[in-house]
Amino acid sequence: MLGEGIIKGMAETAKNFLGSYHDPERMVTVQFPEERLPAKEAARSFPFLVFDGQDAEKGLRCVACQICEKECPPQCIYITKSKDKKPDYVGKAQFYPAVFDIDISVCMSCQICVEVCPFEAIKMDNDVELSNTDRFGGLLLNKQLLAKPNSHFHKIHPTEADEVDGRLAAEKAKVEAKAKADAEAKAKAAAAGAAGAPAPKPAPKPPTPPPA
Amino acid sequence: MTTGAEQPPAVEPIPSAPAPAPEGSGNPNFTILPKDATDDSDGQLLEVAMGPQHPSTHGVFRMDVVLDGEKVVKLKPVFGYLHRNHEKIAENTTYLASMPYTDRLDYFCSLTNNWAYALSVEKLTGLQPPERAEYIRVITAELTRLVNHTCLIGFLLQDMGALGTPLMYAFREREWILDLFESLSGSRMMCNYMRFGGCRVDLPAGWLEQARKVVDSYPAFLDEFETLLTENEILVARTQGVGILPADLAVNASITGPMLRASGVNYDLRKVDKYGIYDRFDFRVPLGDHGDTFDRYMIRMLEMRESVKILDKALRDIPTGPIMDPKAKIRGFRPKAGEAYGRIEGPKGELGFYLISDGSPNPYRYRVRPPSLINLTILEDMCLGQDVADVVIILGSVDIVLGEVDR
Amino acid sequence: MIGDLIHGIFLMIWRTLTDQPEAKSDFLAVFPTAVQPVVSAVLTVSPLLAGFGLLFALTTLLERKGLGRIQNRLGPNRVGPCGILQPVADGLKMITKEDIIPRTADRVVHLLAPIALVVPTVLAFAVLPYGRYLVPMVNDAGILFFFAVGASTELSVFMAGWSSRNKYSLLGAMRAIAQMISYEIPLIISSVSVIMIAGSLSPVEIVQAQGSWLAGGFVPHWYVLTPWGLTGFIIFLISSLAESNRSPFDIPEAESELIAGHLTEYSGFKYALFFLAEYFGTFAIGGLAVTLFLGGWHAPIEALEVIPSYVWFVLKLMALVSLFIWIRGTVPRLRVDQLLNFAWKFLLPMSLLNLIVAGIWHFTAVWDFPCALLVRWALCAAMIAVPYTLLGRALNAKRNAAHRTYRYAT
Repeated sequence: MLGEGIIKGMAETAKNFLGSYHDPERMVTVQFPEERLPAKEAARSFPFLVFDGQDAEKGLRCVACQICEKECPPQCIYITKSKDKKPDYVGKAQFYPAVFDIDISVCMSCQICVEVCPFEAIKMDNDVELSNTDRFGGLLLNKQLLAKPNSHFHKIHPTEADEVDGRLAAEKAKVEAKAKADAEAKAKAAAAGAAGAPAPKPAPKPPTPPPA
Repeated sequence: MTTGAEQPPAVEPIPSAPAPAPEGSGNPNFTILPKDATDDSDGQLLEVAMGPQHPSTHGVFRMDVVLDGEKVVKLKPVFGYLHRNHEKIAENTTYLASMPYTDRLDYFCSLTNNWAYALSVEKLTGLQPPERAEYIRVITAELTRLVNHTCLIGFLLQDMGALGTPLMYAFREREWILDLFESLSGSRMMCNYMRFGGCRVDLPAGWLEQARKVVDSYPAFLDEFETLLTENEILVARTQGVGILPADLAVNASITGPMLRASGVNYDLRKVDKYGIYDRFDFRVPLGDHGDTFDRYMIRMLEMRESVKILDKALRDIPTGPIMDPKAKIRGFRPKAGEAYGRIEGPKGELGFYLISDGSPNPYRYRVRPPSLINLTILEDMCLGQDVADVVIILGSVDIVLGEVDR
Repeated sequence: MIGDLIHGIFLMIWRTLTDQPEAKSDFLAVFPTAVQPVVSAVLTVSPLLAGFGLLFALTTLLERKGLGRIQNRLGPNRVGPCGILQPVADGLKMITKEDIIPRTADRVVHLLAPIALVVPTVLAFAVLPYGRYLVPMVNDAGILFFFAVGASTELSVFMAGWSSRNKYSLLGAMRAIAQMISYEIPLIISSVSVIMIAGSLSPVEIVQAQGSWLAGGFVPHWYVLTPWGLTGFIIFLISSLAESNRSPFDIPEAESELIAGHLTEYSGFKYALFFLAEYFGTFAIGGLAVTLFLGGWHAPIEALEVIPSYVWFVLKLMALVSLFIWIRGTVPRLRVDQLLNFAWKFLLPMSLLNLIVAGIWHFTAVWDFPCALLVRWALCAAMIAVPYTLLGRALNAKRNAAHRTYRYAT
């Protein structure tokens, strides 16, 4: 019958009309900014640098290896290595970035820098409300703006942060165990050396970076 | 034009080869049709540019249409407004760094683009993704196919003047699937999820249950969509018999994807190549008989139902295990010299990547076979003799995304 | 004198609200006889314009929110509670926009076109009975006046297209006129069936003819509840959608594929006038549909006649407008040649057939054997349904509508 299809269609729209008043599956509008949906855990917007503890300078995990700068597809990271070194989380002296800039007008949030970082130093933030009135300088985030504490990382990506912490703790435990074994061997060698026979000193192994 | 003629002047045929532009003048990329001496309102041909800014072309796309009254006499698509040098950029960066750029090719279907690229590199280097990764790839690809076809039908109806109602329903469903993508890869559209040898990260907790919920509710939505649309007399009147593409012309013009199957040619790469683990899934390939716009619309509806079947089985059968080939390297990836062409059945057609490697970390040549562009070459043949009002609908049924056409 | 004036005003308002005749007489008696007609006219016209203006504002808001809910989203809800003040914001926007006129356009005609559209539409409001004693102009040939004035709106469409000096506007305007003229004919013929049965061209008498109840006051005698009336009503509704350029017949005014229509070169207040006139046209034709088929200002059940008559009129009018909005949210647009085919090859024969069926219904009213009503209904319904199916099939003959089968390859 001519017109039957249109009438069926109209019944469909009427169902949606009435459904939008009582069925949350139909009326899916969320009135931002008064209501907000909770962010997904994996959501990513732009990178940030993680530091352990309270001091952004002392606890910064980044050692300015510049791997992320090389691997970034649009080349939006600018790093300048420092001249001196500072101790990292296991106590080894490492370089640190004197300048670490990310141009977020270029960054395409691809997360490759996070994947290739061997030191768990750069992670993805999920803040999207980043409007600025300065189109050029305002969108170039420097080290101070990028450095955020580990607690922030735990807040936005709890599962991933726990995993990372576990890995770093395991690394640290391994290094400490090795240092203790080295110290014991040295003490034994010193005791043996005091007895006269020179003991071979095992070469210290550098801590291996955790798998990416 | 003879002056003082009694009968109306005959329409002069379009010159087949326009006169070549003199050296140093004009643009070598197009020629302007020779102007007639008479006035346009005499019934002579009317040339219209349906310009890059238009509410109904899917992106920045221009069509130079020559009309005789209401009928289309000549149509020339002009594109390139979104060209971003994707292939040249890929020659200067590593293989991994090209992966986020492939997201932005066909920006509706980023996961299938990722898979096609990963497939080509895996063919080049011989990496083998493990079982779980293959299942995840199939699941995400079929979800992408659902997203693409739903949105396409919404946009087609929007072009026809349905004022956004089917489009809003389509986008409501798309949101559930985009939520899935966001919890999986971190981003709704630019997922950057596949890697050479597997997937980047494993499924988070609760993802499979959420995906199962979405897939279980999809057939109800498809039924609702069909009730609204398929028997609607106006839709039928506007799409049946419009934009017919005969099968032999489609094959000769390298059309692939739902357009080809709507013309009746049985060619689905998931059955032909059996890439990934598609040979384990039992799904049918719908074929059309007439090759008109209605067939292209119906084929996509039926394909969505088949995708739901594949998703059901994949979500049930997915095993546990690793998601990356242990031989795969993230940094310092240098495939041996050689070439490979990897292709998948993307939602729009055959999406292929052709890579030539010379042993260095950057590819020597990186070429994308864009299904939208190749399906677009036949637009003129489909539109000749149709009304100008149908040109937009035919363009909508070709399903182009300018990111892919222009790269 | 002031006391008489205020007394007169109160009486006028009270009598209007409670459906009593001679509402204005006490108020007018205060004025000298010479100016009484003028004051009477002003008193009649201003509430009409104000009321329909308010209804227009409300309808634009209702349309946006209704379409929003159909599409599973909220409509405008930021300006005022529930978006009530949105029409005010829209009005301010339209008024303060720059008025751009093409340099080569014909300025006089360009200015006159929206005026030539609004004026006949408002004139058409004059003959509709809004309540028991609320008819602005009692005219024995009211329906004829309505159609005459309504047809002159098509002239303004052409004026708009012509004055813009734009090839595409002109073509769009010609298409729009073709559409409007083609749909005038089924519109008028379907109302002729009502005029024939009621025996008069006056809307007041047509409403009075529908003013009785059957079955103990529960079934009204509205013409829509007869087979020919139902068909006529449906034809009238479809034609009125086309006359007011609403979906699915909104080719003239949609952001169309190619030709942007006769409204291309209009901006600012003139565009607002076109917009206003389109909605007023919808109200006018809707009001005529209510008068002809839905019983005007009568209540559906006799017991509910205590509710004032104009309330019923407005309720029925808003029901029709909601139906229009519902249709707009559901169906896509027809192509121009399909639209004209539909008018000439389907609606016109059906409306002529409707005339014959109306006559048969009228002349079989004398049958009084038991279940004569059922037999009459069956006879008339068959006389309409059979040609409807045949015509429908003939219209879709070239394609097998939605009955295609698809084969699968494995």
